[in-house]
Amino acid sequence: MLGAVPWVFAAGLVGYALVAGGYMATVVSFALIYAVFVVGLNLFMGFTAQVSFGQNAFAAIGGYSSAVLTTMFGWEPLPAMLTGVCGAVLAALVVGYPTLRLKGHYLAMATLAIGLITYEITVEWQSVTQGYMGISGIPPLGLGKWTVTSDRGQLVVLIAIVALSLFAAARIRASRLGRAFFAVAGSEEAARALGIDVARYKLAAFLLSAGFAALAGSLFVHVVGFVSPEVYGLHMVILSFTMLYVGGIGTVAGPLIGALIVSLLPEAFRGFKDYQDLAYGVALILLLIYAPRGLSTLFRRREARS
Amino acid sequence: MSILRVEGLTRRFGGLVAVNDVTFDVAAGRITAVIGPNGAGKTTLFNLISGAMPPSEGRVVFDGREITGLAPEAVARLGLVRTFQLVKLFSDLTVLENVKIGTHLHARGGLFAALLRPGWAREEERAVAKAAADLLDFVGLGDLADLPAAGLSYGRQRLLEMARALAARPRLILLDEPAAGLNAEESARLSAIIRRIAAGGTTVLLIEHDMTLVMNTADEVVVLDFGRKVTQGTPHEVRNNPDVIAAYLGGVEIGHG
Amino acid sequence: MTAAAAAGPAEVLATVGLTARYGSIEALAPTDMHVEDGELVAVLGPNGAGKSTLLRALMGLVTNGGTVRFRGRPLPRRDPVAVAASGVVLVPEGRGIFGPMTVAENLELGAYRLGRDKAEFERRWTRVFDLFPRLKERLGQVAGSMSGGEQQMLAIGRALMADPKVLLLDEPSLGLAPRVTAEILETLHRLNQGGLPVILVEQKAPLALKLAKRAYLLSVGRIVATIDPREITSYDDIAKHYFA
Repeated sequence: MLGAVPWVFAAGLVGYALVAGGYMATVVSFALIYAVFVVGLNLFMGFTAQVSFGQNAFAAIGGYSSAVLTTMFGWEPLPAMLTGVCGAVLAALVVGYPTLRLKGHYLAMATLAIGLITYEITVEWQSVTQGYMGISGIPPLGLGKWTVTSDRGQLVVLIAIVALSLFAAARIRASRLGRAFFAVAGSEEAARALGIDVARYKLAAFLLSAGFAALAGSLFVHVVGFVSPEVYGLHMVILSFTMLYVGGIGTVAGPLIGALIVSLLPEAFRGFKDYQDLAYGVALILLLIYAPRGLSTLFRRREARS
Repeated sequence: MSILRVEGLTRRFGGLVAVNDVTFDVAAGRITAVIGPNGAGKTTLFNLISGAMPPSEGRVVFDGREITGLAPEAVARLGLVRTFQLVKLFSDLTVLENVKIGTHLHARGGLFAALLRPGWAREEERAVAKAAADLLDFVGLGDLADLPAAGLSYGRQRLLEMARALAARPRLILLDEPAAGLNAEESARLSAIIRRIAAGGTTVLLIEHDMTLVMNTADEVVVLDFGRKVTQGTPHEVRNNPDVIAAYLGGVEIGHG
Repeated sequence: MTAAAAAGPAEVLATVGLTARYGSIEALAPTDMHVEDGELVAVLGPNGAGKSTLLRALMGLVTNGGTVRFRGRPLPRRDPVAVAASGVVLVPEGRGIFGPMTVAENLELGAYRLGRDKAEFERRWTRVFDLFPRLKERLGQVAGSMSGGEQQMLAIGRALMADPKVLLLDEPSLGLAPRVTAEILETLHRLNQGGLPVILVEQKAPLALKLAKRAYLLSVGRIVATIDPREITSYDDIAKHYFA
């Protein structure tokens, strides 16, 4: 089956990083954290065809919850992480309820504002976030006495989390819930005429995507041990969008493929020195020209008419 | 017995009155057709009945319950489901997936069922797949189940939309030009399908320009022109009505089949 | 050019082994068909037979193979703009009018390639209103707010603004009331009588056959018969052709 090609490719890359360790393992670890983020983004933008420029806000909530709860209150990473995810989902509920009634560009602008506001808060609320200084000394992932400190160990944990995330996305894709998401994406009018509560499913997709974003945000701080406002800046939005489109929006494998390719491309072009950014840009443009629906769709049969 | 009553229904767009004081009843279990020239207000009438837009005046009573101004999803939940004049398929999905979405109201799986797939959810998925496949066979698209919906020809897209609406198990189905894009033979087959829908207990209200289909299928015909109801009666009465001939049929011979 | 020499003198548009595919699926088997000067050719066939695909392949709107010849010269295969510029103009299924724009703007866009030739523009403009007086009353109206019949008139009018040498129509009667359908087909007849070659894809076979000089019958992506409408005396005759 040609459909397996993207998966084999991803498994090969990740497997190689696992064996090689070192710098390669670090790059792939960050790629996998992004993959979790993009899986969530894909549920909202790919499956449900809504736009959000503010997912970095939920990553920030996840990351800062982990950072603050572990360093200031001495919590274990796992409950801190869980609290962050719940907090982000709650925030998404408060924010999403009014904004999701907006359409298209208005929703995009509203979400962009949410990202910017969250950024401002992380900068200004110094008593908790320590502003630009950031918070360091965040403990690595672990449970009780058992902690994951090695590069390879972290990579294994991240692989497991990404696998679970992709599994969740695949299951949602093939379920009644997923069908409702795709119905909203296809035609809101038709979906409503079939009894699908469009507002409710948009909100559900938004909450899920916020949950994944927070999980990614929190994973990041435990892997790096440090957090600052810049971590969840606007570049995160741009990078995750690139990953989503390069990998294949609306597909299951897309977020993983996109995250890996977009993270590894700059590394591949390191030899170009001063022209590294240029080569990276050209590569992205070529990808979007020759695989406009994303790399993970390249091996799929094109649409037919009958 | 009437399952749908439309009473003094009016819809204005600025100075234009698209639907003007229209009143009629749709008998339960029967097939009622709405005909009239392009721009007579037929699709607007469907929009008002299905909740896609609120009427300026008048009321819609479905099965003894007033549904005027209800949201489309609420109307659908009560058992009134429509198709669209300009087909609105979920075009990235396959033909089968489109019909599966139609079963939304009669399944209950949420996030929990999606992720963990407990026994009842697997059971439900099987039932959904079976119902969808059966409906595709019913409208004659069974062989095309795995094609992307966007790949179907225009006429087949309309049949698919009908199958999808039927998957919601409506008690009243509104079909907006189901025969557009079908040739004479296909339209004759559609006529048989529509009669079977009605025989199965689902009331049918349809808009159609294919006079052969209307004459052979409908029990009752409502004629609109300039937003007003011109007349209502059996196909035979309507076809011989001089006003209808002048406004709508013109000199064109009808009933080729 | 050898192709020109091989072609009959009256041939306007012809396909030689024209194929079309959507991804891995062949939607049109190698097809030879043609339209001659002043001819109206109908293309009939059941749903999914490939009628729309044939027109789209002619225009270069789908991945295609084989040759399309226009007045003896091969047309570019995958370049709809160049095909339209050479005078082969399609009125697509579902009309494809620009809904948010006014009738006048839609018509002006039809003459997009004309440039600043005022006199020629006037000539085309007048011809459209001569054929569809109703459009003149609606010049300032937003096209999307018109009735289906008027939209179809606009779609044809817009195509005429491009001054086509061959007109391709994909189901102009779609979703139209019987009276309007008759009106539009009558106008097509007039246009054709004026010398414009037409290829008409139509589900309403009896109506199309009244106007056509010849008709191709398509089934499952290939031409299965060429019909002479004079030999068709009753509807049953077509039915026999159709479903044999």
